Amino acid sequence: MERSRFSRGDVVSGMVLAALGVYIIVEARHWEYLGADGPGAGFFPLWYGIAMVVLALLLTGGNLLRRAAAAHAVPANWRKVGHALTSWAAFAVSIALLKPLGFLVSFALFTFFVVAAIYRRPLPAALAIAVGGALGFYLVFPLALNVSLPVGMFGF
Amino acid sequence: MEVINGMLHGFAVALTPVNLWWCFVGVFLGTVVGILPGLGPPATIAMLLPLTFQMNPTSAVIMLAGIYYGAKYGGSTTSILLNVPGESASIVTCLDGYQMAKRGRAGAALGIAAIASFIAGTFGVIALMLVAPPLARFALSFSSPEYFALMCLGLAMVVLLAGESLVKALLAMLVGLWIAGIGTDLFSDASRFTFGMTELLDGVDFVIVAIGVFALGEVLGNMETREETQMLPVPKGLRNLLPTKQELKDCRFAFLNGSVIGFLIGVLPGAGSTIASFISYGIEKAVSKHPEKFGTGVPEGVAAPEGANNSETGGALVPLLTLGIPGSGTTAILLAAFILWGLRPGPLLIQDNPELFWGLVASMYIGNVMLLVLNLPLIPLFAQILKLPVYMLYPVIFGISIVGVYAVSGSLFDTWMLAAFGLLGYAMRKLDYPSAPLILGLVLGDNMERALRQSLMMSQGDPAILVSRPISAAMLFLAAAVLIVPLFRKANAWRIKAIEEQL
Repeated sequence: MERSRFSRGDVVSGMVLAALGVYIIVEARHWEYLGADGPGAGFFPLWYGIAMVVLALLLTGGNLLRRAAAAHAVPANWRKVGHALTSWAAFAVSIALLKPLGFLVSFALFTFFVVAAIYRRPLPAALAIAVGGALGFYLVFPLALNVSLPVGMFGF
Repeated sequence: MEVINGMLHGFAVALTPVNLWWCFVGVFLGTVVGILPGLGPPATIAMLLPLTFQMNPTSAVIMLAGIYYGAKYGGSTTSILLNVPGESASIVTCLDGYQMAKRGRAGAALGIAAIASFIAGTFGVIALMLVAPPLARFALSFSSPEYFALMCLGLAMVVLLAGESLVKALLAMLVGLWIAGIGTDLFSDASRFTFGMTELLDGVDFVIVAIGVFALGEVLGNMETREETQMLPVPKGLRNLLPTKQELKDCRFAFLNGSVIGFLIGVLPGAGSTIASFISYGIEKAVSKHPEKFGTGVPEGVAAPEGANNSETGGALVPLLTLGIPGSGTTAILLAAFILWGLRPGPLLIQDNPELFWGLVASMYIGNVMLLVLNLPLIPLFAQILKLPVYMLYPVIFGISIVGVYAVSGSLFDTWMLAAFGLLGYAMRKLDYPSAPLILGLVLGDNMERALRQSLMMSQGDPAILVSRPISAAMLFLAAAVLIVPLFRKANAWRIKAIEEQL
């Protein structure tokens, strides 16, 4: 059963969440816990911060115990993860380009990259889909629905 | 009498040309979304939510609800034709639907799915109409301690059935509470968890998190693979889409079973349409004279889960509209939509906004008729959507996500947050952290903190107020039981089995 196996992802995510819990507790201690009018701004965060630390340590500890029992680790398919992360990185770059180039150009570039590089379609097809997609967005949002899109230094 | 007057008022609202149009747009989009594997109703509603801000709230909720229940009709199409469920609630439909299609009865299977959806969907709306007003009247007696306890119970139920690991589901919920806490404190003016950024003083917009976690997380997960699926031929013409008299006769009990089970399961927070469809399929098989034939292409095996899946919508709207407590990711997004439009779902919604409540209920009757008309003759046309290549679809989803987020605030900072939450959504999928508890924690976080702090203010800081009032004590006891029971081996085995059925 996969759920009884050691998972490195669970250990790492548990540690990250434990750190987040500690951060929440530290921050919450700066705010009032209980005042004359009742609970203060630090009351609720302190308790869910503590709960987060306890649960995250349970998750991490449980997994480390499984590793100690020489259970098999759940293998990660890094090739698949790479596809998804490359797509996300391209999306992040397109967001960075929103300010200088505007939505239409950055969206066209992102679409071109996804079609040509991620899905390995011919370049002319990728170009046509990218330009057609950007044009479609322009027709639907600013023109038909009067919804404004991020505009770049070229004015579109 | 109240119900009859309400329904007359509701039909007067729902039958206006503008609301009929938005109802049609909603159910049409819902059908398309349901057919497309990898794009679910919560993602679609989250993406389209910002575009509804300029609309009349009644029209907007009619459209978004149309997407919600329309997707359930569409979800069966891919289950039957491709053996690939368009959404998780249609997984069971694959068992017999796909087998019927392989035997040349694809049209009949699609027809039975549409008829079962119509019957059960209508049953769910009738039950909603009858149950919601008295429940809302009962909830009028609730005060802050009861609301806090109710939210604890709702979150506990969602956590219980959200993922294989209870610890991960709880952690996801706590992260949701933390995100809800970012910004200026409700009672004092203290800024919390803002990292010194003025952009975070107003908090993190729910729309950004919902689109990032649901839409982008889902699409990034789908972009890992480039698998092609083989579609079976769809028969053309209405005659081939109608089941035979014998098939309809065989499905009599399945229609009723799906309708009742779907509604009852829908009212429970966290259970959802996937569990409803599995339970009704199980009951249908258990009472059948030929249980051994289930899984080989029997029409009851399509009718029962499809009915339950659709009736569940009416059930899920009961706690949302009368108590303001969502039971799933999709209803959490609908709750956020209500709040963004300046409305507050809860006991006073029916009283204060009868136009919206009864208009929505009436529109669901109309929407179910629209869906039956759309789904019976136009299924071959809708099935063509499946030929749309994913490399064209996915960039469009990314684009709509940016437009949706930018439309809310006009801030590029929010688009960066969108990217961050998209990555979080993907990481959660990869690491098996369920997203529904995070979204529910986020939506309920502010209200939960407010209710807790108001309760403690009422009692001068004495937490005994939460357990000294009978209703709140009962709900807190139930919430604790819901989280403690899985610690026992047998109960946890049942819980994991129920979740595995969902996945």
